[in-house]
Amino acid sequence: MRVAAPILATILTVVVGSIFFASLGHDPLATLYAFFVEPLSSMNGLSEWLLKASPLILIACGLAVGFRANVWNIGAEGQFTMGAIAASGVGLFWPNPESVLLLPLMFVAGMGAGMAWAAIPAFLRARMNTNEILVTLMMTYIATLFLSYLVHGPWRDPAGFNYPQTALLPAAALLQSFDPAYRLNSSIFITVAAVILMWLFTDRSFLGYKMSVSGAAPLAARYAGFRESAAVWIGLLAGGAAAGIAGMAEAAGPLGQLSPQISPGYGFAAIIVAFIGRLNAFGIVLGGLLMSLLFLGGEGVQMTLGLPSAMTRIFQGFLLFFLLAADFFIFYRVRLVRPIRDAHALETAR
Amino acid sequence: MHPRLELRSICKRYPGVVANDDVSLSIQPGEIHAVLGENGAGKSTLMKIIYGAAQADSGEIYCDGNPIAAHNPAVSRALGIEMVYQHFALFESVSVVENIALSASSAFHLPTLAEKIRNLSMRYGMPIDPHRQVHDLSVGERQRVEIVRCLLQAPKLLILDEPTSVLTPQAVVKLFETLRQLAAEGCSIVYISHKLDEVQELCDTATVLRNGKVTGTARPKETTSLELARMMVGSKLPEMHVSPPVPSEKPVLEVNGLSVKARDHFGVDLKNVSFNVHGGEIVGLAGVSGNGQAELVALLSGERTHDRGDAIRICGIDAARLRPNERRKLGIAFVPEERLGRGAVPSHTLWENAVLTAHRFGTVRNGLVDRRKAKAFATGIIDRFKVKANGAQSIAQSLSGGNLQKFIVGREIALKPKLFLVSQPTWGVDVGASAFIRQTIIDLSRAGAAVLVVSEELDELFEICDRLLVICQGKVSAPLIRTTTDREEIGLLMTGRGMSEGASANGSGDIVLQD
Amino acid sequence: MDLFIAIFTGTIIAATPLIFAALGELVVEKSGVLNLGIEGMMLMGAALAFWAVTAGYSMPVAILAGALAGAATSLLFGVLALTFLTNQYAAGLALAIFGSGVSAFLGRGFGSEPIEALHRVNIPVLSDLPLIGPMLFRFDAMVYLALVMFVAISWFLYRTKAGLVLRTIGESPQTSHAIGYPVIRIRYAAVLFGGAMAGLAGAYLSVAYTPLWVENMTAGKGWIALALVVFATWRPLRILLGAWLFGGMTILQLQGQALGLEVPSELLSALPYLATIIVLVLISRDRQMLALHFPASLAKPFRPAS
Repeated sequence: MRVAAPILATILTVVVGSIFFASLGHDPLATLYAFFVEPLSSMNGLSEWLLKASPLILIACGLAVGFRANVWNIGAEGQFTMGAIAASGVGLFWPNPESVLLLPLMFVAGMGAGMAWAAIPAFLRARMNTNEILVTLMMTYIATLFLSYLVHGPWRDPAGFNYPQTALLPAAALLQSFDPAYRLNSSIFITVAAVILMWLFTDRSFLGYKMSVSGAAPLAARYAGFRESAAVWIGLLAGGAAAGIAGMAEAAGPLGQLSPQISPGYGFAAIIVAFIGRLNAFGIVLGGLLMSLLFLGGEGVQMTLGLPSAMTRIFQGFLLFFLLAADFFIFYRVRLVRPIRDAHALETAR
Repeated sequence: MHPRLELRSICKRYPGVVANDDVSLSIQPGEIHAVLGENGAGKSTLMKIIYGAAQADSGEIYCDGNPIAAHNPAVSRALGIEMVYQHFALFESVSVVENIALSASSAFHLPTLAEKIRNLSMRYGMPIDPHRQVHDLSVGERQRVEIVRCLLQAPKLLILDEPTSVLTPQAVVKLFETLRQLAAEGCSIVYISHKLDEVQELCDTATVLRNGKVTGTARPKETTSLELARMMVGSKLPEMHVSPPVPSEKPVLEVNGLSVKARDHFGVDLKNVSFNVHGGEIVGLAGVSGNGQAELVALLSGERTHDRGDAIRICGIDAARLRPNERRKLGIAFVPEERLGRGAVPSHTLWENAVLTAHRFGTVRNGLVDRRKAKAFATGIIDRFKVKANGAQSIAQSLSGGNLQKFIVGREIALKPKLFLVSQPTWGVDVGASAFIRQTIIDLSRAGAAVLVVSEELDELFEICDRLLVICQGKVSAPLIRTTTDREEIGLLMTGRGMSEGASANGSGDIVLQD
Repeated sequence: MDLFIAIFTGTIIAATPLIFAALGELVVEKSGVLNLGIEGMMLMGAALAFWAVTAGYSMPVAILAGALAGAATSLLFGVLALTFLTNQYAAGLALAIFGSGVSAFLGRGFGSEPIEALHRVNIPVLSDLPLIGPMLFRFDAMVYLALVMFVAISWFLYRTKAGLVLRTIGESPQTSHAIGYPVIRIRYAAVLFGGAMAGLAGAYLSVAYTPLWVENMTAGKGWIALALVVFATWRPLRILLGAWLFGGMTILQLQGQALGLEVPSELLSALPYLATIIVLVLISRDRQMLALHFPASLAKPFRPAS
């Protein structure tokens, strides 16, 4: 049942997508092929697919920990940015650019920066009762501006022809590709570890259990004596850590330097991935692969058919709309035919 | 002459439950007609059908001899049928007159309406200030607003759903006077209740429902309580086995001079609350709802903490600063008033809900939830307390109110408490399960546990408690021995009168219930 | 003195889109619905209004097109949140992403040329008064429309029966339904109104304020409008004051150089976002005040029991 809605939503998105393409005067089948099949028909395509899925899955795992507890961190984009900034800072300015410690240090710096950026809304929500949705989002804008300031100002590469970007990271600060021909690198293992960790935490651990109680019934959590503030802290820090690591992996991986645009919207797309994955570790893996394909397909049709890259966001929106709507039909249908409960609800309601 | 209202063979089924089965009744103008039955007998469904808030599957409704075809609340109001709900349909955030304007058909002019409300409420002896905000009103006052709202429409038929469940005995007397005055003016009244004595005192006729069917029609004033009760409950009434209490020497729970400011203006301040509960006895806390019970219970359970540690002592240890899970280690168990969402997570399974408070009983190891142990634990509760459910995998919200309550009570008792705190133990629970839960509580106390029962149902408290406390406006009375007190005395305390220091503190005790 | 007038009028103008969007969201939230997708609706309004101008339609038609685009976009949210009872946070986020995508898609052919902006009014006598004239009587018509909307919405919410119905639905849809009000239909109306207002806000940006089309040109103004509603503790007058405060912040950033502020432009650009956070913190601490005007059913799905 939990699988039905995402599958239905995917099918509907594809159907609406082809109608959309057809209405623009493109052959829908050819366009769909260009969007969904072509990107996966080469080794390089497969490498790119996993490369883009990796941060999406990683961030979504972190966010889902919070979402399960009703902690709405929608500022992963900002935490990702801060992670990338901190990791690159270490990579660029560490006194010994050949140190083998460089990558681990960047990892720690990226994770720490992501967590620190998430800690601010966590503190404000836990202590000051401030809505974390708005704060995390505002922090994203601030992070983007901070990045812009750095690459336009103090961190600009003096030898970079005045482009707003930093110098390239030293070789020891880069995650090596598995094969020089492709960009996929070892950061994929971090994501795999995160998925397993997330599953263990949400499905098996007592702490994860407490978080799910906090999310599903806050009064029950208080009744049991679980601290609400703990759920807020863990929920936000998990998302911040994941996004920060993803930012580090992006800077030290495919990018190799900082520029004003370091994320094609991973932080926001990961929110959708978390939902499509039903906030479940393995669902998120599938959701991340799907979302990554949407990114690739969007780039693909932009190059081959001259369609704008905004297509990706339209598809993301459709996918989430259809998922939410499909949920209703599947979930409430079931609920309506499940007897007893409604009658009792009615009796107790009056 | 046609009857004011006539129902013929009304049937209504919800999936899995037949709420009304071939129900017929007839009400004359000026008649006070009781619909009598236990919780779950189908009274509320029937009233909603009369009012048009629910549609019958089959059967006919006639008003003054004319059939009502397509029924809804708007049709009802056009016909002069008005309803006072058990849980009021009032908005807290706006004033009395605004609330009434929402359901009035007259033009939207608040000053005129306010004047009308003032006049009408005076005429029926239940004055209300139309400009007060509803969140400032007591439950009794809110009920007045509901009744005045109906009266403004000059109804021909007034439906009241369990109107006295939230009133003090004295306020009930007042309400009955108003209802008799209305009936004398020709208004028919449908009075829904499960309280025999009230029906006998007030009503001309009674239709008794059981399991959705009419089991009899009677003139309650000429019928004995026993006969009415038989019609209501069926063959045999459950009996309680209460042995005399053997209180422990030292109190298990001590509350000393507990004073707390309300969180917001919807809450109530607690003022210098002191009492003890000993092992082996059951102490009841009576009071009209909204007089500080919620605050006191939250402080006792640890959902709210208090800065002065010794304000609450459990087993001789300062506990007021401790959180709920820390208090559980001292031996407290607690059954809250709200089953779904507080006592249990609605969307979780029963075994998951067992882990909620029983996580120290082997269900959690090394930070991981031991699902096998948790399921065994839940299954144990289901078997021992005869919970009707499809095993430990059932989702909490799929259980009926009574069965979920049995599960929660069972879970808390499985914690082997030294102090058992239970709030509204049998709210919305059917007769059989109520008796079972009450007997369970008695057995627990006789096995040595200290028990504190918070309830708005005086009958229940008189049935199981050894000593009684009364809470009113955040003040708690001195304890009364159950065998030497009566409803009259408790009722006076519930209005704040007869409370030694209480009444003088703020001039008069009638803020809560002006009667 | 000229600088002062520039800052003053700049503030009023910068506040105008926020006033539209936040007042619209206020009405939505008062009915108990939380639509996080203002950003998406604004972008749709901005794109459509801009398109209408470039296609040769008159200004009023273009602005109306913006409002309609916002309302149409909000309908998507309405169906999800009100009919399909989905999580309103998720539905609103989806709308924000979707609106930004669709508007970018539509706007790819708009080019980067500015259009002729909405004309400033010229009221005989008044506009020519010294000081007061340039300060108060030389704005474009939408600035005044925003103020009219403020008065109309305040009057509607607190002086009419329909407003009372809306507010009480926001407190308890169950009770409203029991009394016999069509909760879902009224909430739809509120959502559509909020969408139209967001559309107006977007239209103002693209045809009067900038006046050109840039992808994602709202730059978070939709989210700031959302924060403004919380900041205002759900009261119209405070929305007005809050919008002016944020408008001032924006202008400070634009006039920063003129004022001789030696700070990076990014810091000045971050000011409105920082201010939003600070203001949210200050407001949120007072739970009592929040509770007083807070629509108690906000973001909770409601399904009428049959």
